[in-house]
Amino acid sequence: MNETIVETGQEKKEWEPKIIAFLCNWCSYAGADLAGVSRIQYPPNIRIVRVPCSGRVNPFFIIKSLTDGWDGVVISGCHPGDCHYISGNLVARRRFAILKELLEFFGIEPGRVNFMWASAAEGERFAVLIRKATEIVKNLGPNTKFKKKW
Amino acid sequence: MGIDKENQDIESNMRDQARNLLKEKKVDAIIGYKKGTLPLMAQPIIIDNEEDVDKLVWNNMCYMNLAKYLVPRVPKLCDPEKGNLKVGIVAKGCVGRAVFLLASEKKLNLDEIKIIGIPCNGVINRQRIEMEIGEKEILEVSVSDDKIIIKGKDFEESFPYEEYLNELCKLCKVKSPPITSKLSDLCVGECQEYPSIEDEFTEVSDYDTKTTEEKWEHINEILSVCTRCYACREACPMCYCNLCFVDQNKPIWFGKTSDISDIMVFHLIRAMHMAGRCVGCGTCSSVCPMGIDLYLINRKLEKIVKDRYDFTSGLDPETLPPMVNFKMEDEQEFMLEED
Repeated sequence: MNETIVETGQEKKEWEPKIIAFLCNWCSYAGADLAGVSRIQYPPNIRIVRVPCSGRVNPFFIIKSLTDGWDGVVISGCHPGDCHYISGNLVARRRFAILKELLEFFGIEPGRVNFMWASAAEGERFAVLIRKATEIVKNLGPNTKFKKKW
Repeated sequence: MGIDKENQDIESNMRDQARNLLKEKKVDAIIGYKKGTLPLMAQPIIIDNEEDVDKLVWNNMCYMNLAKYLVPRVPKLCDPEKGNLKVGIVAKGCVGRAVFLLASEKKLNLDEIKIIGIPCNGVINRQRIEMEIGEKEILEVSVSDDKIIIKGKDFEESFPYEEYLNELCKLCKVKSPPITSKLSDLCVGECQEYPSIEDEFTEVSDYDTKTTEEKWEHINEILSVCTRCYACREACPMCYCNLCFVDQNKPIWFGKTSDISDIMVFHLIRAMHMAGRCVGCGTCSSVCPMGIDLYLINRKLEKIVKDRYDFTSGLDPETLPPMVNFKMEDEQEFMLEED
């Protein structure tokens, strides 16, 4: 467990990661919405960006998020075969597979970038996975390696 | 047989093939290597008549990948009236692979190409030798038997040949350009059919056993000297975008500073763009003014696409490269799942 503690004012608070989440419009974004209306709690660490499809996620989105200082990145799309655009997520999956291996190769903790599938009916699953991703990033601690210094 | 003898054989065969092609008007121009003005470097040359054939050379300093001149075509290979000229290209294994990969990306019409295949015997690691010679000026380089002999003003040094090859050349499995049965008349000279290539990738596996921290240190050590001159991009036969991501200013994806994160972003994205496309010619490392050897990253890319998608780049112009293709049953073990 990472012991990083930041001081805010007088009281000491445990460090909370900031995670950017790219959610596909048709499945995961609706899934997050469902989690919301079903009042399923998930960590407030994520900030959601809606994208048309997980295939829209350029590797640059992920890498720029990291250099800008986000502690973690989550990308979520429709399950394989359920893509609104037929095959967007399948193309994306190959891209993510290579990006994930390369990030690890370059010595960036593999847990910083997480990929997941969540459909519009899976509010519960969405919440569970976000909880899991937040836990992983929290254990890794703040993103210092890849963040731009100047 | 010594290396010098081998080189002479390759050279005379290549000249014969080139002469025949020009004589029979099968090609309009031939692109090959000529003796460089500097030692340790050969230059590319385009010839269009029989007299110039003797200018073509093969030695172990021909590090350029000549496929670079085909996409986009250099003006010398086009005719204002006829359009694209028919080009013969002197091809070692990696040049042949680059031609095939460009054809599979529909950037090249194989009808306009004739491959003059040569069985490559490796390219000398220029950077490493220059580093070890230091500031003394190199005036003459020759290869004999299994030694590289470097001569300069009042010094002479010799290096073992096998050890001072490019890292990628040491591991190369495609020495002569590949050919498929459907394209048998594409190639003259030495070409070979490669059904599949067995490779252990031991050096990549060794690297993969390191911890994340060690990897970061290692990559930092290699890349931190990078000045981002983009010589690697300029020399790479696969880098043909009209507007490269590093020149884009709308949006600016990453800064132009020498901060390590900016350098890393460039190399990461360069690697992303090379996945399943790198033909392992090692030109990027050979042209680097800072002497960065990118072979480990390039080998890793080859390993990823081989393991995941069972693809080796540039062996068949009819198979789609993995990054423009997909399958329903692709591996997805890296996805986050519920426990």
